[in-house]
Amino acid sequence: MYKTEVRGPLILGDKNYRQISSDIIAPIDRPAPLWWKGVFGLGILATLFGLFAMYQTVAKGIGTWGVNNSVGWGWEIINFVWWIGIGHAGTAFSIFLLILRQKWRTSINRAAEAMTVVAVGAAAIFPALHMGRVWLAFYIFPYPNTRGPLWVNFNSPLFWDFIAISAYLLISASFWYYGMVPDFATIRDKATSKIKKAVYGFFAFGWTGSTSEWLRYEALSYVLGGIAAVLVVSVHSIVSTDFAVSVIPGWHTTVFPPYFVVGAIFSGFAMVMTLMIIIRKMYKFQDYVTNSHLDAIARILIFISLIMGTAYATEIFIAWYSGSQYEMFTFFKNRITGDYTFQFWAMVVCNAIIPQLFWFKKIRQNLTIAFIISLLINLGMWYERFNILITSLSKDYLPSSWVTYHPTWVEVGVYIGTLGIFITGVLLFFKFIPMIAISEVKSILKVTSIKKNESKNSSHGQ
Amino acid sequence: MEKKYWKSTEELNNRKDSNRKADEIPDGKSLLEIIDQEITGKPSSRRNFLKFCGFSFATAAIASSCENPVKKAIPYLNKPEDVIPGMASNYASTYFDGAEYSSIVVKVRDGRPIKIEGNTLSALTSGGSTARVQASVLGLYDGHARLKHPSKKGHGIDWKILDQEVSDKLESLKNAGETLVLLTSPVIGPSTKQLISEFLAAYPGSKHIVYEPVSYSGMLEANLESFGQQVIPNYHFGKAGTIVSVGADFLGTWLSPETFTAGYASRRSLTDGEKSISWHMQYEAGLSITGSRADKRVRIRPSGYATLLAALYNELASRSGAPSLPDITTHETVAETAERLWQSKGTSIVVCGSNDKDEQILVNAINHLLGNIGQTITFGDAILTKQAVDREMEELAAMLEEGKAGGLILWGVNPVYDYYRPEVFTKGLEKLKLSVILNHAQDETYGFTEYSVPGHHYLESWGDAEPCRGSYSLAQPVIRPVFDTRAPQESLLKWMGRETTWYDYLREYWASEIIGSGENTWNKVLREGVYQKEQNSVAPSFNTAALTSLAGRIKGDGSGEGIEIVMYQNIAMGQGHHANNPWLMELPDPVSKVCWDNFAAVSPKTASELGLSKGRMVSVNGLEIPVLIQPGQADDTLSVALGYGHTGFGKVADGVGVNVFPLAVYRDGSRKYSLPGAEVSALARTYELASTQMHHSMEGRPIVRETTLKSYLEKPDSGNEMHEEFEKKHVTLYKEIEFKGHHWGMAVDLNKCTGCSTCVIACQAENNIPVVGRAEVMKYRIMQWMRIDRYYSGDENEPGVVFQPVMCQHCDNAPCENVCPVSATNHSSEGLNQMSYNRCVGTKYCINNCPYKVRRFNWFRYVTNEKFDYNMNSDLGRMVLNPDVTVRERGVVEKCSFCIQRIQEKKLLAKNENRPLRDGEIKPACMQACPSGAIVFGDLNDPESTISKYFADPRNYHLLEELHTLPSVGYLTLVRNREEEQS
Repeated sequence: MYKTEVRGPLILGDKNYRQISSDIIAPIDRPAPLWWKGVFGLGILATLFGLFAMYQTVAKGIGTWGVNNSVGWGWEIINFVWWIGIGHAGTAFSIFLLILRQKWRTSINRAAEAMTVVAVGAAAIFPALHMGRVWLAFYIFPYPNTRGPLWVNFNSPLFWDFIAISAYLLISASFWYYGMVPDFATIRDKATSKIKKAVYGFFAFGWTGSTSEWLRYEALSYVLGGIAAVLVVSVHSIVSTDFAVSVIPGWHTTVFPPYFVVGAIFSGFAMVMTLMIIIRKMYKFQDYVTNSHLDAIARILIFISLIMGTAYATEIFIAWYSGSQYEMFTFFKNRITGDYTFQFWAMVVCNAIIPQLFWFKKIRQNLTIAFIISLLINLGMWYERFNILITSLSKDYLPSSWVTYHPTWVEVGVYIGTLGIFITGVLLFFKFIPMIAISEVKSILKVTSIKKNESKNSSHGQ
Repeated sequence: MEKKYWKSTEELNNRKDSNRKADEIPDGKSLLEIIDQEITGKPSSRRNFLKFCGFSFATAAIASSCENPVKKAIPYLNKPEDVIPGMASNYASTYFDGAEYSSIVVKVRDGRPIKIEGNTLSALTSGGSTARVQASVLGLYDGHARLKHPSKKGHGIDWKILDQEVSDKLESLKNAGETLVLLTSPVIGPSTKQLISEFLAAYPGSKHIVYEPVSYSGMLEANLESFGQQVIPNYHFGKAGTIVSVGADFLGTWLSPETFTAGYASRRSLTDGEKSISWHMQYEAGLSITGSRADKRVRIRPSGYATLLAALYNELASRSGAPSLPDITTHETVAETAERLWQSKGTSIVVCGSNDKDEQILVNAINHLLGNIGQTITFGDAILTKQAVDREMEELAAMLEEGKAGGLILWGVNPVYDYYRPEVFTKGLEKLKLSVILNHAQDETYGFTEYSVPGHHYLESWGDAEPCRGSYSLAQPVIRPVFDTRAPQESLLKWMGRETTWYDYLREYWASEIIGSGENTWNKVLREGVYQKEQNSVAPSFNTAALTSLAGRIKGDGSGEGIEIVMYQNIAMGQGHHANNPWLMELPDPVSKVCWDNFAAVSPKTASELGLSKGRMVSVNGLEIPVLIQPGQADDTLSVALGYGHTGFGKVADGVGVNVFPLAVYRDGSRKYSLPGAEVSALARTYELASTQMHHSMEGRPIVRETTLKSYLEKPDSGNEMHEEFEKKHVTLYKEIEFKGHHWGMAVDLNKCTGCSTCVIACQAENNIPVVGRAEVMKYRIMQWMRIDRYYSGDENEPGVVFQPVMCQHCDNAPCENVCPVSATNHSSEGLNQMSYNRCVGTKYCINNCPYKVRRFNWFRYVTNEKFDYNMNSDLGRMVLNPDVTVRERGVVEKCSFCIQRIQEKKLLAKNENRPLRDGEIKPACMQACPSGAIVFGDLNDPESTISKYFADPRNYHLLEELHTLPSVGYLTLVRNREEEQS
C-alpha cells in the first residue's frame, strides 16, 4: 500500500561534510563584497531617514501624518500588517516543514527565520509609533501598578495584538537562535582569530556536539516548533481581529483570521523566494538552494494564491449575501468600482492572477520571472492591506464623514526606514551568521554521494 | 489685594510682543550661564561643590517634576461677598454689535467672563442666542486686534492730552461753523440716544448719521410711506400658519434670527400633541438655512423679486377686490402661494429680504391685504435695531468728497471696509480737521483716522438697549477693562465738558425716564437684565397712495441681464464684525460646509454653462473668487458671502476670503446687494476650499428620516417604521447593563433644528475646543465636538436639504469602548460614554470603530503652539478657557461628554440642597444655546421627564440603530408640510 519513492539529492555538486562547512562559512571569513557594502550603505541611509521621520512623528505629533478624524489608521498600520505578514514565512517555513518532515527545508529555513526576526522587529515599530503618546506605551502592559491598579482592557484586540506579537517575536527569535548554536560551534572551531573564536564561542554556549547534546537539541526543536506552530496561526489571526472585531463595513468579517494567516504565509513565502534567489546568486549557493527548492516554493505559492483568490471571492459573496447596504457599498462601490478601484484590482491581479503563471514549468524555472513575480506578490499584499484599511475607513456609515486619505512624507519616511532596517538586518545576517544551517544540511547529505566524491577527489590527487 | 490681581492683567497688556519670554530667566541669561558665573568667581571647595550639587539636583528635580512654571495664586485677604472661588457667577447683560441684539447672561469664573448664554427672562429673545453671540466672549480676549490705549496717528497719547486736543478741535469747528458728523452704527440705548442728542446740541451744526453695512433702509422708508412710521415692525412667526419669505434668511441672519427661530420652531413642533405645523414657502437665489427648512422652495433671481411680489399682490388683490397693478407677468407658483396665504388671513407672514423700497411697499401691501398688520406683524413692539437710511450716508459721502465736512467721529462703524466706495473715506478722512474713531478694536478705518479713542468691549462697559418698543435691557460690566480703554459715552461726556460719569448718566436717565427712582427697582432690573414697559399698540393704517405710485415702475419678469451677483450674510460672519474671531472663522457654513473662506456659489447648470468646476477661480467684476457648485442655487446667479477679505482687522481675519462690499451699488435710494449683469470669467487658477463635509448624499441610508405632515397624521411613525423593527430585534447574549441611578439621554427634534450652528459654537466655548486653522480643516481634522451634517436629496438643482446635529451618541453598547486597549474610554454608571484623557495613549482605534465618527484626535499640541496662533496661544486668549474642562494634550482622543461638568455641578447642587434633580435642570451647552429648543436632555430613568416622552414618541429613532450600538441620543423625524414626499 504505502510506497516510498526514493528522493533525489537535495544538495548538488557532490559535497562532503568538510566542504559544506567551508562553503557556508566562507562569506563570514571573506571580507564583505562591494555590493554588500553599497547596499548596506543604502540601507543605513534609509534607516537614518526613517529615524528622522520617526523623530518628527514623536516630536511634533501624529499630525505630521496624513491620517485624520475619519481615517485614524493609515500607512503605519498597513505597513505593520505587511511586515508581520512577511515575518510569517520564516517560522511557518521551518515549523510546518519540520513537523511535516520535509527535509528540503534545511537549506532555506535559517535565512527564512532570520528574515522573520528582522521583519517582526520592523513591524513592531509601527504599533508603538502610531500611538499619540508613545511615552505612555507601557500602559498597555498588564502589570500590577500603583494607579489603582488600573488594568488593561482584556477585551481589546490591540491588547491581544501586543501579547501575540511579543510572544511570536520571542519564540521566533529563540527558535532561530538555538538552531544556530551548533553552527556557531562550527565557526568557533574553524575560526583562526582569537576574537572571533571568543565571540562565536560565547554564542555557541559551549556546544561540543556530543550525542546527548544532539538529543536535547532535537527534542527542543520539536517542543519549540510545536509552540511556534500555534503562534504562527495565532499571531496573524489576532492581527486580523484588530479589524474583524470592529463594526466597520469591510472589517467586520469572520473570514479574516484564516484569510490573514494564509495571506501572511503567502507574502512570507514570496519574500523567502526573493531572498533565496538573491542569496543563490550573490553567494553562489546554487548547490544548496537548488532549482528544485525554488520550484517547491513556487508550487506552494500557486496553491496559496488560489486560497487568496477564494478568500477575495468569499468576501465579496458575503458582502452581497449579508444584505447589508453598508457592506455592499464598501465592496461594490468603494473597492470593485469607485475611488479605490486601482488598489483593489492591483491586489487581485498581483495576488490571485499573476502567481497562476507558476503553473507553467518554464516560468517556475526562469528565475528572473520568478523573482519579479515574488516582488509583485509582496506589492499585491501591500495593496491588500491598503484596501482593507483605507477603503473601509474612508467611507463607512455616515456619508457626512467620508473623506480621502493621502500619506505625507513622514509616513512614507517611516516605511522607508523600516525597509532600511530590514535590509541592513538581513545584510548583517549574511555577513555574520551562516546563511544555511550547516548542521541540518549535513544531515541530508547522501552518504553515497560522499563516497563518490571521495573517489573523485582522490582521482584528482588531493 | 484686589489691586494686585489687576496688576497682573496690566502685565499682560505689555506682554503682547514677548509672550513666551515670561517663562525664561530674565535678562536673556540661561540657568547654566548664571551657575557658570557663580562658579568661576569662587575657589573650588568641598563646600562649594556640595552647594552647587544641591542646587543642581534641586533644580533638576523641580524642572523634571513640573512641566509648567509655578504661577502664584494669591487668595483673597478680604473675600468679596459674592465670589466663591470655583463657583461661577452669572450676570445679566446685553449684547448688541450694531447688527444683532441679544439679552444675555454672562458666566464669570474667578473674575473672567467665560461663556455667554441667552437670558431666559427676556420676553424678546427668551434664552436664545446665535453663533455670533456665543462667540462674542472671545473678542474680549483678542490681544491681536483690540486697541490697548488711546493713540494719535498710531502713537500712544495720554488721555488728558487727547481730551484737550479733541475738545479744542471741536471748539474750533464749532466756532468756524463747520459740520461735525457723528457716524455710528445703530444706537439702541435710550440713554445713549439722549446723550448723543445732548452732544449734538452742544455742538451746533453737527449731525448724527447712522450707518449699517447691510442696511434695512428700503424697509424703513417703505414703512414710513406705507404706515407713517420709520421703524421695522416685529414679526411673530410663532403665530404664523403660513410663511412666505422672498429672499429673507430670517432663521439665519435677517433682522432678529434668534427671536424668529424660536417663534418659527414653536410652529414646527409636533411633540406636544399638535396636529398642524406652519407652511413655509421660500423664494430665494442662494440656498440659505431658511430655504433649506422650507416646505417649498423656489429658486428666483433677486431682480425678479419685484415682479414676483407684484404678481402675488395682484393675485391677492383679485381675491379681496383691491385694485391691481398693471403689466405684471405672473409666476407659476404665485397662485398656490396666494391661495395658501388667503386661507390663513391674519395668521400669515410675508417677508422680503430686499433693501428696495418699492419691493418692501409691495410686501406691506400684501400683508395689509392679508390682514396681518396688528396680528402677526405688530408695530407696538417694533424692532428698533435697524436705523440706517442709506440716503444719509450718501449725503455724508458727498460732503466728504466735496470737502464740506469739518470733522468726523466714527463709532462702531468701519466704512473703509464695508462701504461700497471705500475711497470716499480713505481720501476724505485725511482732509478732515478732526477725525476720531471710538471702536474697541483695530479695523480698516482705524489707520485713516487721526485719533483713536478705544472704547470698551461690550462686556466691560455699562449700557442699555431698547431693541423693541417697550423692551428695555441693561448691560453691565462683568470684568474690569482689560486694556486702557474708555466707554465712548464717557468720551462724549468729556468732550461736552460734562463732569458726570457715564454710569451716573445712565442711572439718572433710567431713573427719570424708564423705571423711576428707587434702588430696588434698579437692582432688580440690573439683576434680571430686562425690563418690560407696557405699550399701547394701535395697528397703523395702510396708506395706499404709496402703492399706486408703483404702477408702471414694476415691469418685466425679472429674467435676463446675464449673471446676477447676490451678496449675502452667512451664519458665521454676518456683516463681518467678528471676522477676527477664530471660532466663527472655523464654523462651517451649515449649507456649504465650507469654513475659512467665502466663495462664489453657482448652480450646477450655470457652472456647466460657464465651464466652472469646484475650486476654479473666477473673476467677478474684477474680484477673484473661488467657485463652489451649490445645489439649489438659482441659475444665472452667483452668491458671495459678505464679511470676508479684511485687510487690517486682526491676525485671524486678514487675508481670509474676498471683500465683496465694494460690489454693492446705490440705486433708487438704497444700497443694493444684488447686481444683475455681472462680468464673470473663469480664470486658469484653482483654489482649494476648506470643507468639512465631502459627500452630500445619504446614499439611501436611513440617516435622516423624513415624512410629510399628511403621512404623519395618518401614521405617527411614518418614515420611521424600521425603528420598531430594530427594537424588536433587540437581543443580547450578555447581561444587560442596568442604570440604577440616572441614565442620561438626549434627543434632537429634527423638525425644530434649523441648522443655525449656535450649538457648535456654544460647545466650542464650553468645552475648550481648539481652533485648528484652514490647513488642518482641509485635512479633515476639525476639532468641534458637534457638527451639523447636511445632506442633499433629489435633483441637484432643486435639492431637498436636511440638517442633522451629530454629537457623541453615548452608546450603551459602544463600539469604541471595547476596543480601547487601556480602557481610556469607558461607560459610566449613568450611561455616559466617558473619556479619561490622562489614560489615553492615542491608538485611535476608537476613532476608527466609531460608526458616527464623532471622536477627535489631538493631532498636534493646540495650546501654546505658534503654529496654531489662535486664542489658546496667548495668556490673554486662554483666559476664556473653562476651568471645569480639561485642556487636552497632544496625542489624546476627545469627544462630546454631554457636558459632564454641568451634570456634575447640578447633581452636587441638588445633593447640597437635599432634593432630587429636577427635569430640565441640567442643560448641556448645546441645549442651552439652541434658539429653537430642538435639543432636549434629561434622565431616561425618570418616566415623567421630557426626554422619556421624546424617546417614547413614535417619531423617535436612533442613528444607525441597526448596528445595535444602543445610542443614548435620539432623533425625531423631520416632518415637512408637503403633500408628497420629495424624491
